[in-house]
Parts: sequence; C-alpha cells; structure tokens
Amino acid sequence: MPSLKDLKNRIESVKSTRKITKAMQMVAAAKLRRAQEAAEQSRPYAERFNAVMAGLAASVGGSDSAPKLLRGTGSDDVHLLVVMTAERGLCGGFNSNIARLARAKADELRAKGKTVKILTVGKKGRDALKRDYGDLFVGHIDLSEVKRIGYANAQDIAKDILSRFDAGEFDVATIFYAKFQNVVTQIPTAQQIIPASFEETEGDDSGAVFDYEPSEEAILAELLPKGVATAIFSALLENGASEQGARMSAMDNATRNAGEMIDKLTIQFNRSRQAVITNELIEIISGAEAL
Amino acid sequence: MANTMQFDLVSPERSLASLQASAVQIPGADGDMTAMPDHAPTITTLRPGILKVEAPEGTSEYLVTGGFAQINGDALSVLAEKAIPVDEVTRSHLDELIAEARASHEAAKENGEQTIVDEAAKLLADMEALGTHMSL
Repeated sequence: MPSLKDLKNRIESVKSTRKITKAMQMVAAAKLRRAQEAAEQSRPYAERFNAVMAGLAASVGGSDSAPKLLRGTGSDDVHLLVVMTAERGLCGGFNSNIARLARAKADELRAKGKTVKILTVGKKGRDALKRDYGDLFVGHIDLSEVKRIGYANAQDIAKDILSRFDAGEFDVATIFYAKFQNVVTQIPTAQQIIPASFEETEGDDSGAVFDYEPSEEAILAELLPKGVATAIFSALLENGASEQGARMSAMDNATRNAGEMIDKLTIQFNRSRQAVITNELIEIISGAEAL
Repeated sequence: MANTMQFDLVSPERSLASLQASAVQIPGADGDMTAMPDHAPTITTLRPGILKVEAPEGTSEYLVTGGFAQINGDALSVLAEKAIPVDEVTRSHLDELIAEARASHEAAKENGEQTIVDEAAKLLADMEALGTHMSL
C-alpha cells in the first residue's frame, strides 16, 4: 500500500505529464493545419503535371527511344527503397507503420533474390531499420534542420536519387510514405517512381492533339527528372500532414489516459486518507474506553 | 471567338494565378511565343525568363524557371518549378539563380559533353540577360 505522500507525488507527476501531452496535441493540431494547407496547394501542380506526363508517356512510351527513366534499365535486379519517415517520435504508429511496410517489401524482394538498397529520409525510419538492414543502407537524408519543407528539399532528394540512377546503382526505385487520409487514419504507401508510371486520366485531354515544342522526346526527357522531384515533394507533404495527424491523435489518447489515471489515483488517495482518519479515531476511542 | 481564356500559373508549392487572360507571352525553350485564345493545342518547355500576362484587369509579369506550358485553346496552364511575381524579385533571388546556373555550367564543362555544356552556357546567359532586363 503506497503511502499518502507517494500517492500525492504520483498524482502530481501524472498531472504534469498530462499538461505536456495536451500542449503537444495543440501544437500538432496547429502544425497539421499548416501541413494540410501546403499539401492542398501543391495538389494542382502535381495533378496537371501527371496528366501531361501520362499523355506524353502514352505516345512515346512504347518506342525504344524512350528515356531510361520511363522505360527502365531493362532489368529489375537492384531495388532502391526510399523510406521517408519523420524526424521525431511520439506520433503513435506513424514511423513504425512505414518501416514495417518497407521491411515487408525488402524481405519480399530479397526472397526473390533481388538486391535491395535502402535510402532513408528522416531519422526515425533509419533507427527502425538499422538493426535488420543496416548493411543495406546506401545513404541518409537529414531533414531535421528543415522547418518548412519546400520544393528545394524534394529537388535535393531527387537529385541524389537520379545521380545514383545515372551511375547505374539501381534499376527500380520505390518511395515509402504515409498518405494522409484523416487525423486518425494514415495509410502507409509504396509508390514506384523509377521507372515512372503515370495513371491515365480519362477525359482530361478532350482528345486534343498537341503540338510539341521542342519534340515530344525532348520534353519527356526534360520533364521526367522533374516528375521524380514532384512525386517526392507530394510524398513529403503527405508525410508531413500524416505525421502531425498521427501525433495529434496519439497525444489526444495520452491526455485522456493521463486523465483516467489521475481519477483513479485520486480515488485511491481519498480512500487511504479516510482509512487513516478512521484508524486514528478508533485508536482515540479505544484509548478513552480503556481509562 | 472568345476574348479571354483561363490562365493558371502553378508552382509546386502554391498556385500563383488563376484568371481570365487575353494574351500570355511565354518564354518557350525554342523562343518566346504569345498565346491568345483559340491557340492551337501546344505543349512547350520553358526556359528561364519573364512570363507576361495580359488580362482585361491589367498586365502582370512573373519570373519563371523550369517547367512547361500547356496551351489548350480555351485554357493555358503554366507549370513552373519556380515562379515569382516580378515586383517581388530581388537581386538575391537572381544571384541565387545565376549561381545555380554557373555551377551546372562548371559541372557540365568537367563532364565534357558538348551539348550539355552549350545548354548550360545558354542557361547562364539567359539568367544574366534576365538581370539586365529587369535592371537589377
């Protein structure tokens, strides 16, 4: 049976924990709004870009002169997994869900006898995968200094990946991130970016035949690397919103749990206080009777 | 014939403009072109330069680098990697761009592929011309 003093200390410490988690929840909520706005503002660009690329890819894709980024290297022996996670923890299952998806993919590929290389973006994913796949790491991109993710960050990552591709380090690249559904749901997603695949958007081009200036091939060759950057940028923004959403609901849970714990401890505290008082009364009364 | 067309200028980070325009001057990779309503459907890549938008409400200018324009008869979308309204462009923006162009020029020279060197040199020249044009 803990003493009254112990209980009191316990209650105080849980109370201050609750204050911290509450504050974190509110900060996450504010950041979530900003992250969502950023994600929304980037959407028109990504959508149009993909629509144009889909049209281009469909008309040029079949030919042998298609760029390697679209056609692939002709083999798929070496896979690069780009695992994008948060720089901070305390956001529920966010980081571990992405890491788990990446791990499953890595195991699957290795079982097929493919070579797997891993590039991590964000510290937490690196930590999660280090023990099992540490020898597969080829690089890490640190975004902990970045306050607000900009297109330039995505370009840097894309540049890194593309230079590895040009050097022939891998055949297929896949990015892993969490798609933001709503505050409680984030869906870990794997998306292949090299060779690029574009979803056909129906009815968008209204059957118009475009003139291309310069040629279709030249435009495609110029835009494909940008497509990689665009895909990474939208993934980074989705990830940012997901992280804050996950943190918000995790901290909401933590706050609620702390509240329940305080209630329980307070009841326990009051009971033992009453027991102490009753005890003292009994002692006094039986002492008086003995006289 | 319609007098205006829908014009959209979007960068990866935000959408900069969405309005009815009567004519838009685009710095295309193969040369400037002006798109007016009912222009033939065209897709062109951009070189760094000034995008001039003429709308009934007045004209506006943007500094754009990288990306492409999609002309679709009654609509024109410009997707630029970087787009800044000209009024907001400062010398430091430009210096940054020039430094970038110079770096890629140097890198191309080391790799030694003539076409890339030429392209980078052109990009660099474009950037510097842009600076003089805007008298910064």
